Amino acid sequence: MSIDLKTTHIEPLRRTFDHIADKLGGDKPATRYQEAVWGLQPTLNFHYRPTWDQSHTLYDPRRTAIVMKDFDDLVDPRQYYYGTWTIQRGRQQDSQEKNFEFVEKRGLLTALDAQWRDRITRFVLPMRHVAWAANTNNSYICAYGHGAPVASAAGMHMMDELGVAQYLSRAGLMLGDNEPALLDAAKAAWMSDVMWQPMRRLVENSMVTRDWFELFVAQNLVIDGLVHPLVFERFDARLIQHGGAVFSMLSEFMVDWYAESSRWVDAVIKTAAAESPANRALLEGWTTHWLAEAGAALTPLADYAFDGEGATLLAELSAALRARVARLGLTITG
Amino acid sequence: MAKKLGLKERYALLTRGLDWETTYQPMDAVFPYDSYEGIKIKDWDGWADPFRLTMDAYWKYQSEKERKLYAILDAFQQNNGQLNISDARYLSAVKLWLQGITPLEYAAHRGFAHAGRAFRGAGARIACQMQSIDELRHAQTQLHAFSHYNKFFNGFHGFAHMRDRAWYLSIPKSFFEDAMTAGPFEFVTSISFAFEYVLTNLLFMPFVSGAAYNGDMATTTFGFSAQSDESRHMTLGLEVVKFMLQQHEDNVPIVQGWLDKWFWRGYRLLGLVGTMMDYMLPKKVMSWAEAWGIYWEENGTALFHDLGRYGIRLPKHHEVAAKEKQRLTHEMWTVLYQYGNALSLHTWVPDDEEIAWLSEKYGATFDTLYKPRLLFLRAAEQRGERYYNNRLPMVCQVCQIPIFYTEPDDPLTQCVRIVEAAATRHHCCSDGCADIFNHEPMKYVQALIPPQQIYRGEAGGARDIFEYAAWLHLERDVDTGEYRGSPDQKNWDAWQEAHKTKPANAA
Amino acid sequence: MADKVFISLQNNAEAQPIITAILADNPAAVLNESPGMVKIDCPSRLVIRRESVEAALGRDFDLQELHINLISLGGNIDEDDDEFVLYWRT
Repeated sequence: MSIDLKTTHIEPLRRTFDHIADKLGGDKPATRYQEAVWGLQPTLNFHYRPTWDQSHTLYDPRRTAIVMKDFDDLVDPRQYYYGTWTIQRGRQQDSQEKNFEFVEKRGLLTALDAQWRDRITRFVLPMRHVAWAANTNNSYICAYGHGAPVASAAGMHMMDELGVAQYLSRAGLMLGDNEPALLDAAKAAWMSDVMWQPMRRLVENSMVTRDWFELFVAQNLVIDGLVHPLVFERFDARLIQHGGAVFSMLSEFMVDWYAESSRWVDAVIKTAAAESPANRALLEGWTTHWLAEAGAALTPLADYAFDGEGATLLAELSAALRARVARLGLTITG
Repeated sequence: MAKKLGLKERYALLTRGLDWETTYQPMDAVFPYDSYEGIKIKDWDGWADPFRLTMDAYWKYQSEKERKLYAILDAFQQNNGQLNISDARYLSAVKLWLQGITPLEYAAHRGFAHAGRAFRGAGARIACQMQSIDELRHAQTQLHAFSHYNKFFNGFHGFAHMRDRAWYLSIPKSFFEDAMTAGPFEFVTSISFAFEYVLTNLLFMPFVSGAAYNGDMATTTFGFSAQSDESRHMTLGLEVVKFMLQQHEDNVPIVQGWLDKWFWRGYRLLGLVGTMMDYMLPKKVMSWAEAWGIYWEENGTALFHDLGRYGIRLPKHHEVAAKEKQRLTHEMWTVLYQYGNALSLHTWVPDDEEIAWLSEKYGATFDTLYKPRLLFLRAAEQRGERYYNNRLPMVCQVCQIPIFYTEPDDPLTQCVRIVEAAATRHHCCSDGCADIFNHEPMKYVQALIPPQQIYRGEAGGARDIFEYAAWLHLERDVDTGEYRGSPDQKNWDAWQEAHKTKPANAA
Repeated sequence: MADKVFISLQNNAEAQPIITAILADNPAAVLNESPGMVKIDCPSRLVIRRESVEAALGRDFDLQELHINLISLGGNIDEDDDEFVLYWRT
């Protein structure tokens, strides 16, 4: 049933909810993104202390040392609410699925020579565990982060990281004729191959980091900020040179996703840094610490994948990351 | 040619084995919250998601659901879909949904992120994380659906302010915070199992079907679409409960205790939903008592029979719910009606046709106990003395519902139970709530009780119910009070009139 | 009397072939219609077969597509590529 819009024009009583109007500075039309995130997190009258952490309340702003006048300012430039996010990911999944089908149907992986297949197994496939830790860490940020904008985006990021882990797993299965042998080998490398141990130690250290904003810096800015360029740009380029262009088809999602989600990561850092010198100092300290650790942890892996060029490569990627955060208002030395 | 992977195998390969036993940090430091409740787990791989959902399939199907949902919401908004509802009174139910239920969806989003971080098993973590992001979906799609009603009706605009302060919204708020402050196993048991599996079918099936019957395309669409996620969540709940019961016999009494507690806690909360069904839907589909019969007495108890093999029995006090089912919603409506000056929704005395329907559904109980009261209230209203109880009620220390329900075996006697902890006496509305209090007294003495806060001056120093309502940002007789004569009714009547006199559409 | 499992689907054109297939494959199933939805109850066990849905639908069907029009269910679940089964163990 529809109504003749010309004859039944109804003047609205208001444009949006009170708390959105307060944030917008007046009763103005609000976007779906704004209505979906602002003011969604409860602010007071918490009835009981968490039995799992008596030292904090629910939604306790003291779970990070970062101080914001309004954590709702940590908005996502992609304006993702669940609907826009999942529809975008659905599209990417369609395209990624076509890539997988194409590679499988044409048997393109059989063209890969053994040396590069081994490097993928030892260097790329264990990254599924890194992505799984990233999923876990973003679950932490979603659970304990402050304000619906950053917590909801972290929730989507959590699922995205699981997507990355599972796409890598699918690539591993395809490479191994749908037998789990290569995934098992990759896990064995993750657990005990000497070159992986510094990275696993770093990842496990991130998983006990209690300040959610520090974890955001460690995981989303620094670890992903080195791992993704290293694996899905640099190593991918190297594979292309050696007849492994097929790998790009299996990792297309990761490349697009990293570029897209970096806009969110950058915006959160930039807004928090601009809030106060104290925030900026914290962010600079965390970035410096985790960048040094991650650069060192990834070096033996890059040495393997790039024939001893690890240190040079990580220096380059670290410099790029320092340049990236300089644009966000952070000065990182070292 | 590579062999084709079946659904189960594929899920196992893509999910299990992603996690590992940490060695640079102790597992107990990485997962500090999944052991203090006393639940013993021998093998985390014993848990499996029966839907075997991986992210690729998740994105595929969820994006399809979401595309459909937003296409309908867009059409609803562009075509003045709000004019197609049965009557503006219906919106009291929608207002209560926005104020009381949507915030729970958000809380579930955060709570499941917590559980999705807490468990050391990969399968359980992923299922919780998927539920977390689904719950965000529910909060946001509800906001987007209700956003349009907010533009044309009162009572919606201040929900975020109300949510954390209003006396009647501390009922759902304290419910969910009780769950969120519990350990992760209890949280999943309380929400996925007791609340979602056992109880929310009552909200999302008969009530949403009622929304369809009352022409509310927006609520119908998100409601059914959300419930399809809930069916995954319910399954998570059932699997987690079975998993705990299978892992160790010591888990059985702990789980039984949680089922007892959360059945009662959820049942008390659902009194509000029953009242939405019986009193706020102008066109009625099914009574609370009928819905309780189908969804709890048939479907809910079937579930408990299934768990009988582990030594699980029906939840404590389920027989009280059966005794109350003819009375619950009538008693609740009287409370909402009389405290209407501090509600962001309208109340009213049902019209003759509705009273006849209530008589048909509730028979002698209604005719002898509640119909005379409704007629008494109607007569007062007609004399120009619409009844409001402008004092503050005493509320239950556990469920936070005003203490007005009656004794299970005597509908003429108010039911009050007095409990004591730390040398202070507290009031409960029922044996069910008193049991919950006595099991964890130091938790429930912390509860913030709105009338007590008001008396302590913690509600902006309000001295009476009108100052309190103003502190809640409620405009008297616009957001609050009687439906008849309200601006919502006047606007509605004018729009309907304009709609009727103009050629609406040829279709 | 055996406890009933149930599945509830949106009452729309897309779900109709699924409903048809369920009723054909489960002779004891009972269809209950409400505004906007159907609820199918069945004693003890109910099965949804991929092949039957495909026959009713006239195209390939992945059982995970059920999620799109599913509203709710009651029962333990066992799902593989060919069958989606709801059952009670009592």
